Amino acid sequence: MAETPKRANIWSRLAESRNGLGFLFMLPAAAFLLCFLTYPLGLGVWLGFTDARIGREGMFVGLDNYRWLADDSVFWLAVFNTLFYTVVASVLKFGLGLWLALLLNENLRWKTFFRAVILLPWVVPTVLSALAFWWIFDSQFSIISWVLIKWGLISAPINFLGEPWNARWSVIAANVWRGVPFVAISLLAGLQTIPQSLNEAAALDGATSWQRFRRVTLPLLTPIIAVVMTFSVLFTFTDFQLIYVLTRGGPVNATHLMATLSFQRAIPGGQLGEGAAIAVAMIPFLLAAILFSFFGLQRRKWQQGGGD
Amino acid sequence: MSRINRRELMAGAAAGVAAAALAPRAFAQGIPTPTPEAGASLRLLRWVPFVKGEEEAWNANTQAFTEATGVEVRIDQESWEDVRPKAAVAANVGSGPDMVMSWFDDPFQYPDKLVELTGLAEAIGAANGGWYDGARGYAVHDGRFIAMPLAAIGNAICYRDSHVKAAGFQEFPTDTAGFLELCKAMQANGTPAGFPHGKAVGDGNNYAHWLLWSHGGKMINEDGTVGLDSPETRAAIAYAQELYKTFIPGTESWLDINNNRAFMAGQISLTANGVSLYYAARNDPATQELAEDIRTTNLPIGPVGQSVELHQTTSISIFNHTKYPQAAMAYLAWMYDTARMNAWIEGASAYCCGAAKGFADNPVWTSNPVHAAYAKASASLRPNGYAGPLGYASAGVMADYVLVDMFAQAVTGQASPDDAIATAAKRANRYYG
Repeated sequence: MAETPKRANIWSRLAESRNGLGFLFMLPAAAFLLCFLTYPLGLGVWLGFTDARIGREGMFVGLDNYRWLADDSVFWLAVFNTLFYTVVASVLKFGLGLWLALLLNENLRWKTFFRAVILLPWVVPTVLSALAFWWIFDSQFSIISWVLIKWGLISAPINFLGEPWNARWSVIAANVWRGVPFVAISLLAGLQTIPQSLNEAAALDGATSWQRFRRVTLPLLTPIIAVVMTFSVLFTFTDFQLIYVLTRGGPVNATHLMATLSFQRAIPGGQLGEGAAIAVAMIPFLLAAILFSFFGLQRRKWQQGGGD
Repeated sequence: MSRINRRELMAGAAAGVAAAALAPRAFAQGIPTPTPEAGASLRLLRWVPFVKGEEEAWNANTQAFTEATGVEVRIDQESWEDVRPKAAVAANVGSGPDMVMSWFDDPFQYPDKLVELTGLAEAIGAANGGWYDGARGYAVHDGRFIAMPLAAIGNAICYRDSHVKAAGFQEFPTDTAGFLELCKAMQANGTPAGFPHGKAVGDGNNYAHWLLWSHGGKMINEDGTVGLDSPETRAAIAYAQELYKTFIPGTESWLDINNNRAFMAGQISLTANGVSLYYAARNDPATQELAEDIRTTNLPIGPVGQSVELHQTTSISIFNHTKYPQAAMAYLAWMYDTARMNAWIEGASAYCCGAAKGFADNPVWTSNPVHAAYAKASASLRPNGYAGPLGYASAGVMADYVLVDMFAQAVTGQASPDDAIATAAKRANRYYG
């Protein structure tokens, strides 16, 4: 019984202190981050240094997995594919997304309707849209091939997913279709935070619409662009479902991304350590993308309309 | 060796005691029948059934076992690609299901975590005409049975009879040379063949392994070294290149379902598949005509002189973490009773080809001419990773599509045959080296 007042005392002291209360409020979030983010990430990094197989704890093997991968042509092909896929898809998504956002920011008729429709590709579950694209790119039943044959433009179906470069462009097209709405709607939200008065003032000073876009809109939009594109790059870089449904990494690994290769080696192949190493090898690229967007795109001077 | 002999002796003695105690008719074949532990219950992890009749027959046999012995058996189903990781985790963590119905070389990933079944397996094999060599190869590790061979999910050529006849072939060719001529003629007629060169887990691997093996090539030598680089492999690739030219365009992107779709839509008239293709056509009123026209036959015999195929192969193992090994063995003995196993094979309507030779007499194989080709699956079966030992390396190489990629690279001209072989051998060496 003697302990109760003492404990209550510590409790009340903690609750009354500013820092103590802050610590208490942070505790659930910190615990959540530790359990569900830090631990799995740490475990993944650790597995990459072991020869673990599914269900069997591995021995520490140092950098063996990475030395192994450095010598693996399929891994380097996957790295190339991932970079190519991410860069091209992100640039396209940014260009199309910004263009769409600018259009939707104008006073169109049916504005709300269009805004809702634009979101559809983003709302459809990825696996479903991937299945739809699987049919669209089918080597026998492609609707695109069918239409082009009917019009007499081609004589045989296009080999969308069978020829390496066709396959790469096809999966990029599917990814862009899916990713544009996210970029467009986010940038549209950003555009609407830009005060109309700034544009009007610039217009009164005789700025052309290109100058207004370049000198007013873009600098004010940069922070949003940085965040949106960081997310977009991360989503693209780690894409899995689309590839898995469309090609499983084929033809002859031409569309294998690091994420799909990691899965193939780790789960069906049972080489958990090697799969983890491939996943860990993605981290430097992801960090680079994040650092670029935060330090590259968020420079204050540029945001304020100054030169670099 | 003395250890194994003693075990066999003990298994035999236990069976003798059990038989003397119970002595029902079912034991007349001399199959050891362990007595289940008191209060035993079992869990079986199996792949999701492809056919309703198969599931019903299996469950009915299980139900009868429970009624006869009082041992409850819970059956958990996992999609067929998820059985491998689940079983590996159960084996290594030492808890979960007591038995697993797994694929290919799965038992060889954790051979020391499985109950030895030698005595029971030898007896069941002997009572049913002996195990097929391929099925046995997937079950015996270091001279001991670590799994009970169950079935091969047969793969066979499915073709449109009228289109083959229209191409000028009254009889379906049985050798690879004649088969190439047939495919050429069918392409000329606008009714081409198609086999997947894409990442089709089942069909792609079946086709690639047949190409290699039928020409005498092999991925691995008996001593476990990579033996892919050989004149036989070059011959297989040269043959695949010629055959590929007769295919419908686009087969290098095909996954497992694409050949079914193309066949059902009349885009191709010849492919290889499980019996599911025939049933898909027969069960759809719109494709009755197509179903009537479907015939099946085994993949042609190449220079190697015998019918050799991969097929999807399944076996049952008992984990040694089970609390009730005797009950699990009794369950297997019950399920493998000739009449019950035959009921199961019949229920599977030609999807599952029994692993012992005696099951070839099952009426299902003669009930429909389309089924006949699938009866030979277990006979032509060869373990993946032939002719080397099974284990992590054989599983890893197949999961990484090494052989599928080699043929795809060569037939599409992305790499010369020599480069494709070199790449594949290097990739295989990473696992076997």
